[in-house]
Amino acid sequence: MTMRDLYLLVPLAPLAASVVVGLFGPKLGRRLSHWLCIVGVAVSFLASIAIARDVHAGHVFNGDVYTWLASGSFKMAVGFLIDPLTATMLIVVTFVSLMVHVYTVGYMADDPGYTRFFSYISLFTFSMLMLVMSNNFMQLFFGWEAVGLVSYLLIGFWFERPTAIYANLKAFLANRVGDFGFVLGIGLVLAYFGSLDYAPVFARAGSMAATTISPWGGTEWSLMTAICICLFIGAMGKSAQVPLHVWLPDSMEGPTPISALIHAATMVTAGIFMVARMSPLFEWSETALSFVTVIGATTALFMAFLGIVQNDIKRVVAYSTLSQLGYMTVALGVSAYSAAIFHLMTHAFFKALLFLGAGSVIIAMHHEQDLRRMGGLRRYMPITYVTAVVGSLALAGIPPFAGFYSKDAIIEAVALSHVGGHRYAYFAVMAGVFVTAFYSFRMLFLAFHGEERFRAHAAPNAHGHDPGHDAHAHDAGPPRESPWVITVPLVLLAIPSVFAGWAFVQPMLFGDWFGNSIFVREPHAVLGELKSEWHGPLAFALHGLASAPFWLAIAGIATAAYLYLVNPAMPARIAARFRAIDALLDNKYYFDRFNDWFFAGGARWLGNFASNYGDRTIIDGWVVNGSARLVGMASRAFRRIQSGFVYHYAFMMIVGVFGLLYWWGVR
Amino acid sequence: MTPYLSLSIWVPIVAGLAVLVVGRDRDAAFARWIALAGAVAGFLVTIPLYAHFDTSTSAMQFVEYASWIPRFGIHYHLGVDGISVLFILLNSLMTVLVVWAGWEVITTRVAQYMAAFLIMSGLVNGVFCALDGILFYVYFEAMLIPMYLIIGVWGGPNRVYAAMKFFLYTLLGSLLMLVALIYLYSVSESFEILQWYKVPLEMGAQIPLWIAFFLAFAVKVPMWPVHTWLPDAHVEAPTGGSVVLAAITLKIGAYGFVRFILPILPDASRLLSGFVIALSLIAVIYIGFVALAQSDMKKLIAYSSISHMGFVTLGFFLYSQLGVEGALAQMLSHGFVSAAMFLCVGVMYDRMHSRRIADYGGVVNTMPKFAAFMMLFAMANAGLPGTSGFVGEFLVILAAVKANFWLGFAAAVTLILGAAYTLWMYKRVIFGPVANVNVAKLTDIGRREFWLLAVLAVAVLGMGIWPRPFIDVMHVSVADLLQTVARSKL
Repeated sequence: MTMRDLYLLVPLAPLAASVVVGLFGPKLGRRLSHWLCIVGVAVSFLASIAIARDVHAGHVFNGDVYTWLASGSFKMAVGFLIDPLTATMLIVVTFVSLMVHVYTVGYMADDPGYTRFFSYISLFTFSMLMLVMSNNFMQLFFGWEAVGLVSYLLIGFWFERPTAIYANLKAFLANRVGDFGFVLGIGLVLAYFGSLDYAPVFARAGSMAATTISPWGGTEWSLMTAICICLFIGAMGKSAQVPLHVWLPDSMEGPTPISALIHAATMVTAGIFMVARMSPLFEWSETALSFVTVIGATTALFMAFLGIVQNDIKRVVAYSTLSQLGYMTVALGVSAYSAAIFHLMTHAFFKALLFLGAGSVIIAMHHEQDLRRMGGLRRYMPITYVTAVVGSLALAGIPPFAGFYSKDAIIEAVALSHVGGHRYAYFAVMAGVFVTAFYSFRMLFLAFHGEERFRAHAAPNAHGHDPGHDAHAHDAGPPRESPWVITVPLVLLAIPSVFAGWAFVQPMLFGDWFGNSIFVREPHAVLGELKSEWHGPLAFALHGLASAPFWLAIAGIATAAYLYLVNPAMPARIAARFRAIDALLDNKYYFDRFNDWFFAGGARWLGNFASNYGDRTIIDGWVVNGSARLVGMASRAFRRIQSGFVYHYAFMMIVGVFGLLYWWGVR
Repeated sequence: MTPYLSLSIWVPIVAGLAVLVVGRDRDAAFARWIALAGAVAGFLVTIPLYAHFDTSTSAMQFVEYASWIPRFGIHYHLGVDGISVLFILLNSLMTVLVVWAGWEVITTRVAQYMAAFLIMSGLVNGVFCALDGILFYVYFEAMLIPMYLIIGVWGGPNRVYAAMKFFLYTLLGSLLMLVALIYLYSVSESFEILQWYKVPLEMGAQIPLWIAFFLAFAVKVPMWPVHTWLPDAHVEAPTGGSVVLAAITLKIGAYGFVRFILPILPDASRLLSGFVIALSLIAVIYIGFVALAQSDMKKLIAYSSISHMGFVTLGFFLYSQLGVEGALAQMLSHGFVSAAMFLCVGVMYDRMHSRRIADYGGVVNTMPKFAAFMMLFAMANAGLPGTSGFVGEFLVILAAVKANFWLGFAAAVTLILGAAYTLWMYKRVIFGPVANVNVAKLTDIGRREFWLLAVLAVAVLGMGIWPRPFIDVMHVSVADLLQTVARSKL
């Protein structure tokens, strides 16, 4: 088998599994279906490892599989670019996907849509792989939309729930707003570079840096700025950056495994990956980079605040995902692309871990998701508890867990950056550390520590979320540890959450891990500057112990411990004291309400107006039926003339003769 | 050489007449089988048109030439190029599907119903391959009659109003076209369309001619603001009528732009291109909003058709290979997708006898297979990559950005609007808990409906995953068209 076949195998194995299970799932039965999908992804994972080894031996591949369409002087193809960046993403995607596939066997065991679910997640894996393996903008957009489609299908997986089908429509439309920008960016690339393949576009980016366009009279825009901002709007949709973030918290309506896979570890990082891939373009626009920085910083801090007030365990993790995506975006903005991808990787591990842990808790609580009805679970679910602690420590950025290395690298990079908005970004990422530690340990303490509040609320399935699981909602015994199909993925994800940081920090950030796949111009080389202070992972961790972010994180954990373990009555008092802020946070800064009122309501109003007045009244009423009436009126009038009385005709003749005489006379 | 084009016209027409003659209401089954045989035969004779098509030349192929009315130089002149050939295949395929779709649904005047579609199919093929102006006009007008009957006889309660509106609207446009054709004859002494490409015309002559042709074809497309016949016609037409109307007849209007307006009147076209582009963008955006507000599924899809056809006219008037090919791809794709969407509504209408969105909800619970098909077609309607709906939209948006960033900006609004109206409808109809007892009693699609939708699903996915076989056919002809358009006639 050549490497080329291996490249094809990576996406096609999950696709084949998905198609077979999607079409014949009910006939194949559950066991065969899940085995097919798991084997498909496992093959993909093993092939990805082989590819990564090959790539790091120096074999970069860039070639087409088939020509999708040719028009005029250029072609669009489906093709692969296999370089270190792609290889890294392949490993992350296939590994997390494999874990989620296994986990699903346990989590969805009682669901009537079992085989459909497996078909979807395999289809998702295929789409995501096509996205990261693409060597051109067209296929990137293909994958981009395809993951959006699967996300739509999976958020609405329980299609009987009104909230779920509201959330999936919202997700699709918010993403489409992003895609709107994305398509325009692609259009500009084609218009000015004459190609949609990465290689020729990137090669010419430098020479196009001075090109300006004038979208309206008199103004001059840098072409690169326009392209990059348009493309980044796409990333804002997919990677849920403010103000297009609104769909991600609602996406938690989907089953938990996909929250882990799609809405935390992989799909939402597509935007981050895309910008890193486009680094040869973004590097030529200071404006675009500072736009990216500011948006990322805003997301990082302000979404973290929202994590504090959530009571739904999945929504806490969702807001934390938003905030962490903001960190990655900031890293992109300050040209620390490899730090962004590094954080993307560590985050994929620990966030998938946290989500799957949350799912394990949800199952044990018989599909109760409200943190206020949990507590004290550590005694009943030791494996889930330990892995959740690992995940939370990694998220909070405590050395030597994985999140520490990646997050600290981002903070250091922001500190060294000079891109517009870097001061604001530095403040945001620093403050964010405290908030992150606070909400993650708030969640941990509320769920696993303190008094056991679930007994008081053992009302059967009061907040039942997953239909089809009612069977064991009624025998609400004490919470039990989940079966091995659930705990094994947790443990397997906990391992990289601990080790992936110090194991990969040196090669990925300061070594030659990414080779030529990421391009940084000299004035932006913050990681290069950081390298001069680099003395190995251990020294980095020790240095971290003495620096501000670490103490901010510790302070966050301590505050959470005080408020939720020592003095549990306190949070309510604080909320009452600062009611305005609490309301603001509780309403998520009123984004949803504004969107519902302005965009959804406005569009419906405009539609009704156009339909009722434009089409029905003006065009049909006045013009179409009006001209019919006019013909009717005219014929009624003309009918009068034909009265049949000779003297009428004679009179008209005389009037006519005088009229003609007058006309001749005047002339 | 086998006269494939004549066969593609006359096989369905003769089959249609045969059905009329032998079909009685007593033995409707017999009429159905003859109709199906005729439709399939009509489709089979068009396959060589694609299989033997020479993609390296822009000249007309499969040409047939015979004298018809020598006194006026009117000929029976047929031929296809890369622009028209695919539409003949599309039309003949749709005829098979439509005959099959009406199989158990139509129970009154079966023979006449089937015959109307078969005759219509032959006439439409005639429109797409006629190279003589009068021959074109005859097919173009004759086609109205079966469609008028389909709506007027097998339509809904308000069918007479809709049929009249349809007839008058289109007739008004095409009468002006007849005047234009006669004027062109008077200056060129020929009814050969290809001859007209070369005849010099003053701007003073081009503009009135342009207006005459434009009215005829804009009504057919339909373009804003002469579009209001379409929603009414769709709502009243039986499912088969809607399918043919959306998939085929709208394409004839657009085809007129590339066969007549652009090459015969290049200077007027360039002068007025801004006007057409403006109307096209109004169709894309304004009609998109109108679609959002509809409470009737067929009306919603009808408006979505108008919006999608806006991309076609936009693509033509961008004067680039990408734009024109995108527009043609959009025409083909819309043929598949709109047909599929109307069939889906038909499937539900046959069971519930309602097209109102509010009467539905939670259909997926009782019709899961159907819901899966409709999901695919809804996504294609929203232009998702991997479906045919993406190809044309994407190419036209790219071409528009290339021409002017703001044109692309306006056109790309469809990404949001198209998804909004299609998926919102899907959500209200298909998703959710079972809404009422009628939905609870629904039965999933049967074998006939399954294969009907499966054929279209294959087409939609096939064209989305690998559009090259479709687009490659067009290349040389489109390049030639653009050269013709670039030459001034003044």
